[in-house]
Amino acid sequence: MADLHFGDDKPNDIERDAVDGVVADTLGPAVVQEHERMVRGGTERRNERRHLLLPVLHALQRAAGWISPGGLNYASEQLQVPPAEAYGVATFYEMFTFTDPGHEDDVVHVCVDAACQIADSEALIARLEGEGKHVHRSPCLGQCERPIAQFIQGRGRPDRVEADSALDQFSAVPQAPASAGNGAMADGSPVRLLRRVGVVDPSSVESYIAAGGYTALAAAIERGPEAVVAEVSESGLMGRGGAAFPTGFKWKAVSEADGDTKYVVVNADESEPGTFKDRVLIENDPFAVIEAATIAGFATGATKGWIYIRGEYPLATERLRNAIAQAHTAGYLGQQINGSDFSFDIEVRRGAGAYICGEETALFNSLEGFRGEPRQKPPFPTTNGLFDRPTAINNPETLVNVLDIVTDGGAAYKAIGTEGSAGTKLFCLSGHLSKPGVYEVEFGTTLGQLLDMAGGPVGELRAIMLGGAAGSFVGADQLDLPLSFEGAREAGVSLGSGVVMAFNDTVDFGAVFTRLAEFFRNESCGQCVPCRVGTVRQHEVLLNSGGNPVNGQSELLEEIDMAMKDASICGLGHTAATAVRSGIALGLIGAQS
Amino acid sequence: MTTTEPVTETAVSLSIDGATVEVPKGSSVLDACNAAGVDTPTLCYAENLTPVNACRVCVVEQEGSRTLIPSCSRQAEDGMEIKTDSERVRHSRKMVLEFLGSGVDLSQAPDLQQWSEVYGADPERYGPSAAKIEEEVRIQDELYIRDYDKCVLCYKCVEACGDDAQHTFAIAVAGRGFDARIRTEFDTSLPDSACVYCGNCVAVCPTNALQFKTEFDLRSAANWRPEEQSVTRTVCSYCGVGCNLELHVQDETIVKVTSPNDHSVTSGHLCIKGRFGWSYVHGE
Repeated sequence: MADLHFGDDKPNDIERDAVDGVVADTLGPAVVQEHERMVRGGTERRNERRHLLLPVLHALQRAAGWISPGGLNYASEQLQVPPAEAYGVATFYEMFTFTDPGHEDDVVHVCVDAACQIADSEALIARLEGEGKHVHRSPCLGQCERPIAQFIQGRGRPDRVEADSALDQFSAVPQAPASAGNGAMADGSPVRLLRRVGVVDPSSVESYIAAGGYTALAAAIERGPEAVVAEVSESGLMGRGGAAFPTGFKWKAVSEADGDTKYVVVNADESEPGTFKDRVLIENDPFAVIEAATIAGFATGATKGWIYIRGEYPLATERLRNAIAQAHTAGYLGQQINGSDFSFDIEVRRGAGAYICGEETALFNSLEGFRGEPRQKPPFPTTNGLFDRPTAINNPETLVNVLDIVTDGGAAYKAIGTEGSAGTKLFCLSGHLSKPGVYEVEFGTTLGQLLDMAGGPVGELRAIMLGGAAGSFVGADQLDLPLSFEGAREAGVSLGSGVVMAFNDTVDFGAVFTRLAEFFRNESCGQCVPCRVGTVRQHEVLLNSGGNPVNGQSELLEEIDMAMKDASICGLGHTAATAVRSGIALGLIGAQS
Repeated sequence: MTTTEPVTETAVSLSIDGATVEVPKGSSVLDACNAAGVDTPTLCYAENLTPVNACRVCVVEQEGSRTLIPSCSRQAEDGMEIKTDSERVRHSRKMVLEFLGSGVDLSQAPDLQQWSEVYGADPERYGPSAAKIEEEVRIQDELYIRDYDKCVLCYKCVEACGDDAQHTFAIAVAGRGFDARIRTEFDTSLPDSACVYCGNCVAVCPTNALQFKTEFDLRSAANWRPEEQSVTRTVCSYCGVGCNLELHVQDETIVKVTSPNDHSVTSGHLCIKGRFGWSYVHGE
């Protein structure tokens, strides 16, 4: 036996089967006892299985309704993970519970973040609890265009999202979802990223191919990896996850990094409150994400891709898995793709409820089976990423842009948008708007034009949250703001992940900002002091002032903000006070209101 | 570049508060600060552990960097221009110390108290309603106690228990954010956990959240008098490895045993015998 200590708690049959279903099928026994003096176990076995910890925890939670000491013990033994570490990892996530629920019912996670909060999620929670449902107050579930979001965690059944049941999964061509706009951008030109959304059958590779799918991969393979990287660099494409890092630069760095094993990671852990574009894209056009990730693998010299998708997106996860299986069958994944000598595989991994895992290095840790705590950079993912290998990590929307870049060329792509922001951008419109949903526009479109596409505000527009909880608020007088990276920068705001959430004058902004502060308090990973304590103190200032910080409290918030910005490890701490401070500056809360 | 001297491959040259220092390649910015004679507060850093850069009290300002950088874990590079006493550095250090003082009992962490004074940290300004770490003292055996009211979550104990020293992995950080705590699995008691009682976690704890039971009992009896204690260096008598021990003696009784960090055999770490197996000295 490897030199790890396991307690006496034993799993029940359900738990044993759940763990075996993930581990034994793929890897065999944890420790191979060949004879008395030859044991294959310990560090080697540990390293090759630890990344299965998160899938195993999901299996236990679903089968047993909680992570029990016996279940965790068995999982730890099978994966050769120290039980204390497995417990530390499991307790990091929102979706796992550690006491016997005492019932076999589903648990309803109800979103209490901004878009659902202003739709009165508290009233829904009271009603559900009145009906005897088991309710869990949840951070943003990424369903902001159709509040109030509910995520239903199944006991012995797959998880689901209530609103999805209206969609006929894997049927023929789906109805164009309301959330995908209406096929045209602000100037009437046809959408690009959304062109297959609501048009192709997301469950069928044939449907995707009939809509022009997989021509970009063929073109890429024909032209070679260097040419693809060069086109992407020339296109000026910048990351759409929030950081706006040049994609070509990233790919070039990975392709030139030392090492035979490289990875592509698709960061679909879309958890920024107000963001749901990647969900809409993946649910309706999963093959596009897979094709683009395959091209990324080809261009960077990676042999394996991973898609890390947030746990609250069961339909998108299912459609990705189905799409990967079909792509395999059709020869677009696996060995010698398209008859070339390029081989590539993609594996999907589910998050388990942790905003911080959208931070790229936290995502790596989470995927590897460790706590989702961000790593110090440098070193950067391009040299030391997933499993410490060179890794190209990209947002799904970013990747889908690559298809047109490969097909039409980088120069053609660069001609779209503005000087400093090439291409089109998906925006997530929610809140007090007539037609909330995902809308695609060319960079440079104004905020006012975008709101008009979504049918304009409902009621008297008071403020708009731009870029998410980590972004900032702008006033109703800033509708001329050009939506581009440089335009946002000039105005001192950020486009972030493309959140545009409208608030009319009926909103209790004190409550909205208090909840925003609570969100960061709850989602801080706890690793570094400025963020772990700073987010708590910020929340307390808002709580104690009824959401209306006055008399020196604004100055205290500023001091807290400065320390979090300067001294936190990652972006969560850096931006945790941005929205609150913009609210004070706008007079939505604080002395001036 | 702040120097016109040719830089050799084995050394890097950087500026600390305007003074040029040269340190061996691979050194940290903290090493460079030390070489420049600049005193830097640290908390989660220890010379015998891998830096985790979690506490952020050692941050310094690097010219051209958007945020401050942790000096303990950032490698010194040629041409870096580091400021250790700028407004931003002082502010962040003050806030980190203040944040810790507002939520954690630092009464047995004299270094942190001293730095708090230096930077003017005022933990009281968050008021009586500020959330604090409130935990019962865990006394589960006769060897050491755990008082997590005093825990600053520096990760040192986890590292010492894990692959920086002991490879026992009995404890880890569990939970998230302000609710994160050092825990065994399901908070099972130490005797039932993987703990092997090497006491290396106690030795690295900077705030006395982990304490030898002897010290805890003496403190409880208001009889802990470190200023009167003598420290005697000797060699462990159990096996042939040759670990050096430091016997801390008060009233002619051993009250705790440590090992010097710079001792080549132990790097400050011991096993249960050297750490706790001394009662025979007193004929017990």
